Amino acid sequence: MGRKLLLDKAHVENIRLYEVYRREGGYRSVEKALKSMSPDQVTDEVKKSGLRGRGGAGFPAGLKWSFLAKPEGVPRYLVVNADESEPGTFKDRYLMEFIPHLLIEGMITSSYALGSTTSYIYIRGEYAWIVDILEQAIAEARHNGWLGKNILGSGFDCDIHVQRGAGAYICGEETALLESLEGKRGNPRIKPPFPAVKGLWGCPTVVNNVETIAAVVPIINEGGEEYAKIGIGKSTGTKLISACGNINKPGVYEIDMTISVEEFIYSDEYCGGIPNGRKLKACIPGGSSVPILPANLLLKTAKGETRLMNYESLADGGFASGSMMGSGGFIVMDDRQCVVRHTYTLARFYRHESCGQCSPCREGTGWMEKILLNIETGKGKMSDIDLLWDIQRKIEGNTICPLGDAAAWPVAAAIRHFRDEFEWHVNHPEEAQTRNYGLAHYADPLVLTA
Amino acid sequence: MAEQTNKPANLKVTIDNITVEVAPGTTILQAARQIGGDVTPPAMCYYSKLEGSGGKCRTCLVEVAAGSAADPRPMPKLVASCRTGVMDGMVVKNITSDRVQDARAGVVEFLLVNHPLDCPVCDQAGECHLQDLGYEHGKEGTRFEFKRRTFEPEDIGPYIQLHMNRCILCYRCTYVADQLTDSRVHGVVDRGDHANISTHISKAIDNNFCGNMIDVCPVGALTDKTFRFKNRVWFTKPVEAHRDCDQCCGKVTLWQRGDEVLRVTARKDEWGEVKSYDGKPGWICNTCRFDKKKASDWVIEGPTNINRHSVIAQGHYTGLQKPHETLPAVMDGRDPKLLMDIHSVSEVNRVDISALPGAATSETFKK
Repeated sequence: MGRKLLLDKAHVENIRLYEVYRREGGYRSVEKALKSMSPDQVTDEVKKSGLRGRGGAGFPAGLKWSFLAKPEGVPRYLVVNADESEPGTFKDRYLMEFIPHLLIEGMITSSYALGSTTSYIYIRGEYAWIVDILEQAIAEARHNGWLGKNILGSGFDCDIHVQRGAGAYICGEETALLESLEGKRGNPRIKPPFPAVKGLWGCPTVVNNVETIAAVVPIINEGGEEYAKIGIGKSTGTKLISACGNINKPGVYEIDMTISVEEFIYSDEYCGGIPNGRKLKACIPGGSSVPILPANLLLKTAKGETRLMNYESLADGGFASGSMMGSGGFIVMDDRQCVVRHTYTLARFYRHESCGQCSPCREGTGWMEKILLNIETGKGKMSDIDLLWDIQRKIEGNTICPLGDAAAWPVAAAIRHFRDEFEWHVNHPEEAQTRNYGLAHYADPLVLTA
Repeated sequence: MAEQTNKPANLKVTIDNITVEVAPGTTILQAARQIGGDVTPPAMCYYSKLEGSGGKCRTCLVEVAAGSAADPRPMPKLVASCRTGVMDGMVVKNITSDRVQDARAGVVEFLLVNHPLDCPVCDQAGECHLQDLGYEHGKEGTRFEFKRRTFEPEDIGPYIQLHMNRCILCYRCTYVADQLTDSRVHGVVDRGDHANISTHISKAIDNNFCGNMIDVCPVGALTDKTFRFKNRVWFTKPVEAHRDCDQCCGKVTLWQRGDEVLRVTARKDEWGEVKSYDGKPGWICNTCRFDKKKASDWVIEGPTNINRHSVIAQGHYTGLQKPHETLPAVMDGRDPKLLMDIHSVSEVNRVDISALPGAATSETFKK
């Protein structure tokens, strides 16, 4: 059983209420930070912890904080990205729903470190009931003196506002989020300038994921060096994984990043194996945008090493034979699943969620969806597979924001690893409508990309 | 931009093996425009006179082979040259980079997959940036085998015709409405490939400077209703003219056929942008554009120089200036076929408009 830092107290009865949370040791990090540490010391602790952004990119949080421009007389902002819209990811929802004070506590400490007197939570519009939970928690915190003017007599003022999005996936991209927060159309901004220099209302801004900010609490409580001892290599601390798909126990799990993927899927402590004794076909280890991996490459890297649930190991082999940790949306697929159907579903999602600002993403996502639908419904041609490959190649890296990449990677990986299944769909259009390809065999990724 | 040439030029940037000195704050695209010719990336959405424009169409992507003299690492991704500032010692590859050519061909293909390709009935044909881009970078065939996306026609008032099917969502017209007119009543609604320019709901756009939206539109999405279907632009004869106008600079180009003034537009430079006068962009007001349609309203200065890479430049116009050619220098002496030479012999070009004493008439083309 790994150590739990975030969800340790999540199931204490009534932990949503301030009294219970405080009794269980809540708000200690705020006390410690405001009374005995300078803002720079807090940032240093986060740096020492090696905490990496939990939103998907895995950029070191302390480093991001240290990039924040600090011009005189200009306000700075902390914005928490709770616009959790990646298909397969639901960890932030769990955290905010069950233990909202942890996020509020992390935000106060982080705001102190960054010098933000007004901080925002930008939350996904569909999480309507969680807004109420957070508002309640903020009201309780304010009532008990953790928010407002001169917190704990330290002279530090801080307030937190919750803003609901309107249901756009793109608003999870940090600059689109800021545009939306300002009340504009949620189009990603062209970078540079980065939010650390020009963010919300043109002021320096740090945008962090909910889980990242929540992890600041144990880091301050226990010290950055202690936190860094958990995990392995550059994947320090614990990570929330939201597991779903063909597994016995879907849900949110807090893991320390030393366990193997095999253990995570098959052990009773986590996913509990695949129902009805079916076989593992493929898995998307980090939310819908990251490359899909076939079972053989999921459990072992191309070098034959055991693949672990952490940033480095999941990315081992690059995109040729690896994937990404992403946002921790772990989607497991058994042998009944059709990769073509699945890729079509994802392409449809990205087509619907593209903001339409830059041409490759706007036109390319729709084109890929149409071709995939053709292949899936038995109208595809062999050349369509190469065409798909070419389209994704021309989207990737050529767009304003990472949504283009996120739309291209799943298609690329599906073709890279499951090309035989696409070809089978083209060659057996009628059979493909009635049965699945199953596990016939996996294309060898290393041969294909060479 | 013109106003920047006064500042000290002290950043050295090399674009396609040609080095140029530019002022700090210059973008790669502006530096390339100072060199001119083929090393200049095409720009569909960037418009130097509109603040905040650019970065969207991705046609101006270039490869940065060395970030700066201080940090010569290459940039991993292709960058939008219109929004990336120049650093001292930067090395940029545009037409010398296969990656750029490949990506640009991709972008052009993306821009065209849902475009109706109705140039034969489009008023913009002949001076359309997408048409030029298609000639220069596109392929002759399409790989898109589906029904093209279409939109319901929308009436946006008495002056401007909106053809949403042709729009490439460059956002230039929204910047015009924001920066030139009193209030913006149109914008981009919806998202993804169904995003479209619209007034919400069915309002008329009739702000005094809204006609400039037609001038900035790189394609035929916004066209002049008073000129609609009256003539092809290459049959008309452009002349420079001015009048005293209390609302705008009054400096325009008249597009004439016979005695008739068919269309009035702002004067444009070789990049298809409105020219600047005294450091200010020469936008024109709706009165000059839509109401002054008699030659007697204007003081005629002389024929307009056509000096950009475009289909319209195939015609014989007085003072036709071919843009400065840099291609042979960049391509080690090779000189691939260029847009301006593609259609040098065609039915349209039989008539030498420059030899005419006055404006062209229908008789001119019957010979």
